[in-house]
Amino acid sequence: MRYVRRASPLHAARAAAGALWCCAAGAAALTAQHPVVLCALTAAILASACASGVGREVARIGAWMAPWALVIALINVLVVREGLTVIARLGGVPPFGQIDLTLEGLVYGLMFGLRLLTVTLAFSLFACAVDPDDLLRGMRRLSLRSALGATLAVRLVPVLAADARRIDEARRCRPDGGGGGVRARMALLRSVASNALDRALDVAATLEVRGFGAARSRARPGSDAYRSLRPWSRHDIAFAVSALAVAGIAVAAGLTGFGGFETYPLLDGAPPAQVLALAGALVAALLLPHIDRRGVEP
Amino acid sequence: MSLLRLEDVTYTYAGAREPSLRRVSLEVGEGEFVVLAGASASGKSTLLRAAAGLVPHFHGGAFSGRVLVGDLDTRAHGPADISTVAGSLFQDPETQVVLTTVRAELAFPLENRGHSPAEVARGVEEAALALGIAHLLDRPTSELSGGELQRVALGAALAGRPPLVLLDEPTSQLDPVAGDELIWLLRRLNEEWGTTIVLAEHRLERCLAAADRVVALVDGRVACDAPPRDFLAWAGTHAPSLQTPAARLFSLAGLTPPPTGVKDARAALRAAGRDARALAAARPDAPDPGDRPSRRERRRRRREAALSLEGVWHERRGGRTVLRGVDLQLAPGELVALMGRNGAGKSTLLRHAAGLMDPTRGRVRARGRVALLLQHPGDYLLAERVDDEASPEALAAVGLADLTDRHPRDLSGGQRQRLALAIVLDSPEPPAVVALDEPTRGMDRATKAELAARLRALAAGGAAVIVATHDPEFAAEAAERVVLLADGRPVADGPAAEVLAGGWYFATETARITGGAALLPADGAALLGRRQREEAPAR
Repeated sequence: MRYVRRASPLHAARAAAGALWCCAAGAAALTAQHPVVLCALTAAILASACASGVGREVARIGAWMAPWALVIALINVLVVREGLTVIARLGGVPPFGQIDLTLEGLVYGLMFGLRLLTVTLAFSLFACAVDPDDLLRGMRRLSLRSALGATLAVRLVPVLAADARRIDEARRCRPDGGGGGVRARMALLRSVASNALDRALDVAATLEVRGFGAARSRARPGSDAYRSLRPWSRHDIAFAVSALAVAGIAVAAGLTGFGGFETYPLLDGAPPAQVLALAGALVAALLLPHIDRRGVEP
Repeated sequence: MSLLRLEDVTYTYAGAREPSLRRVSLEVGEGEFVVLAGASASGKSTLLRAAAGLVPHFHGGAFSGRVLVGDLDTRAHGPADISTVAGSLFQDPETQVVLTTVRAELAFPLENRGHSPAEVARGVEEAALALGIAHLLDRPTSELSGGELQRVALGAALAGRPPLVLLDEPTSQLDPVAGDELIWLLRRLNEEWGTTIVLAEHRLERCLAAADRVVALVDGRVACDAPPRDFLAWAGTHAPSLQTPAARLFSLAGLTPPPTGVKDARAALRAAGRDARALAAARPDAPDPGDRPSRRERRRRRREAALSLEGVWHERRGGRTVLRGVDLQLAPGELVALMGRNGAGKSTLLRHAAGLMDPTRGRVRARGRVALLLQHPGDYLLAERVDDEASPEALAAVGLADLTDRHPRDLSGGQRQRLALAIVLDSPEPPAVVALDEPTRGMDRATKAELAARLRALAAGGAAVIVATHDPEFAAEAAERVVLLADGRPVADGPAAEVLAGGWYFATETARITGGAALLPADGAALLGRRQREEAPAR
C-alpha cells in the first residue's frame, strides 16, 4: 500500500488538508459511542476511498484487519466479566473459573474491533491518497533534516526491498542453492546491509551535489523558501472545512452525550432519531467534499 | 572564458596506494561539449567528482593542485556551493532520485539554494519542459523506468540552470533507446541553450558526433586532448580499445581520416567510390525461408538440445503477459545472443531457463545444470574474502587466482563479474547451460572482448551459452546465433550475420556503414579490401 496519484478531490487537495481530513475521520471513529454511528463512519470512509479511486487498496487492508477485529471481540467476550445479559454459560474453565458470555461483553468487543477497523481504514486512505512529499515539504518548516530523512526512507525502502529480492535470487543461482541455516541467512543479511550502505553513500553524494549542504546556510526553516506558493484550491478548502466540521460534531457529541451509547451493565442507547441525526451529519460532512470533481486531474 | 579549470591536480583516495589522478591540467570553455574517454579505472569518474567538489570534500584522501569551477575554488567551496555552477549526474538513476514525486525532485535543489516559491515553480516548469518530462511531474518516482528516472535526475541537476553539467556514464544503466535519447538531449542542451557538457562515456560512437573535444585519460593522466577526429587517429595507434567500430573499420582498411560517426563514414566511403549500396550488393543472400527444418529435424534438435523451451508462457497474476508461447532450443556448444528492447521478456526467459520461475504454460527442459549470471554481479557476493566465495580452481579459471585475499566488494566492476561467474560455475558438475543477463552494462571495450573470449571458451567446452544483451557489437563479436525477442516471443532467430545485418536498430555500426555487408570492423575492412582488388584490374 502506497501513495498513488489518482484523479480525485482528495488527491487534488493539498496534503495538509487531506491529512487533517483523514485524522478527523479517525478521531471521529475513536470518539463515536454508538455502534450505528461507527458503522456509518466505516461506510463513509469506504465510500470516500472509492470516490478517491483507492477503494480496492483500502478494502484490501480492511479485509486483512477484519479477522483481527473479530478476534478482539472474541477475547473481550471471553475475558470481560461485566454485563448482565448472559447468552451462554461455559462452566468452570481453569484457571479462569466460571465463564459466562454476556451480550454486553460481545457488543463492546464488536464495537472495539469495529473502531479499530475504522481507524485503520482512515489511515489506509491517508497512506493511499495523501501525497507524502507534499506533507513532508510542510514538515520542513519544523525540521528540515527529519522531514528529509522520512522522505528518503519512503523513497528508498522499496529500492532496498528490491535489492534484497535480487540478492536472494542470486543466492538461489549458486550451484549449492546458497545453502541454508543461520550462517547462510546471516551472509544474506550482511550482503543486503552492505548494499544498503553502498546505496546510502551514493544518495549522500547526490544530496551534496543537489545543494543540500547549502540549505543550512541560505534558507532557514520558516523562511520564504519553505512557504508554499500554491493558493488554496476549492478542494483544499472543502477538505479542511469538512475536517473541522467532523471534528466539531464528534467533540460536541462527546461532550453533550448526543447519540450516546452505554454498554455496561445493560445496553442503553440514545433515541434512534438522535443517533440517525449524528450519523447523518458525520457522513454528510465526510462525503460532501468528494462531490465536487472539478479540477481533479493530476 | 573557461568554466572549468584543473591545474596540476593529483588525487589519491583515502586508503588507496596509487593516485587516481596524476598531475591533470585541463580547461573547458563556455559552451563546449567535451567527452572523457578511457578504460575503466582510468580516472574519468574521479575527474568529474573533483569538478563537482566531491573530491576531496566528500571522499577525503590526498589532494594537490587546484580546481576552479566558474570562479569557485573547490578547496574553499564544497559540493553544495559548486552545484550552483555545475550540475552533476552519475551512473545509477535509482540512487540519484531522492524524493517520491518528480515535481518534488526537481524542486529540491532550488529549495536547498533558498529560491523563492515563485522561482522554484518556474525552475521546475522550465527544467521539465526542456527535458520533455512535463507529463511526468506528478508521477511517483517509484513508477518511472530507468530512462525516465535518469531524465528526472538530469532535470534536478539542471533545475537551477547551471552553465556546466558533469555526467559520469549516465547511459551505462540504460537500454540503448533510453541511452541514445539522453545523448540527444545533451546535444540539444549544448546547441540550443549553450550549456557546457563534460561527459564520461564508454560507448564513444554514441557521442563523438556531438563532441567538440575528447579528453582521453590513461592511468589518471591526460593522454590525449583533441577534436574527435584527431582523438580517433591518436587512439588508432595508442589506445585501440578506445576506437569506435567505424574508426577501427577505416583504420584496418587503411582509410584516413577516421570517421566520427556512421554518416561521416558513409560520406567518406562514397567519396572514395565505395558506396554502402554497392557494398550491400556484396552481402551474401539470406537463406530462403523455405529452408525451414522438417518436423523430424526439429524433433531431433529438441531431443538433443542442452536447453529446450517448449511453448513457454509467462502470464503475471493481475498483470501483463511477458512470454507468449516461446519455442527455443539451444544445442550443446552453441553461443546465442538474446536481444530485444526493455520489457521484451529477455530476463524472464533466462529466469525460466534457470528454474527461478515456473511457466504458466509450456515446459522448460535442460540436460543438466543451468548456471545463471544475473544483471548485478555484486548481488552474488556474500563472503568477506574472494577465496571464500569460490574454489581455487574456479577462481583460476576466471583469472582471479591472484586476488584471493581481497574483499569482494573492493574489486572493480569487471573483476566482480568474473568472480560472480566463478561462483555460478563452481560445481563438480559442469553446467549444461550458461545464461548471462546483460553482462556488458557499464563495461569498457577491452573488458567486453575478454568476456566474449571467456564465453567462447565455455561454449567450446560443450556448454550452451545464452547471453541477453542490448549491445549489437558484443552480440556480433561473441555469438554465432541471435534471437530477437519482441513482445514476449522470438521475431527473428538466425545466424548473427543475418539478424544483425538487416536491421535499423539491432545492427552493428559496421553493418550500418556497409549496408549490412559486414558486422565487425575486421570483416568490413576485408570486404573493402576485396572490393578494391576486384575494381583494380577493371581499371
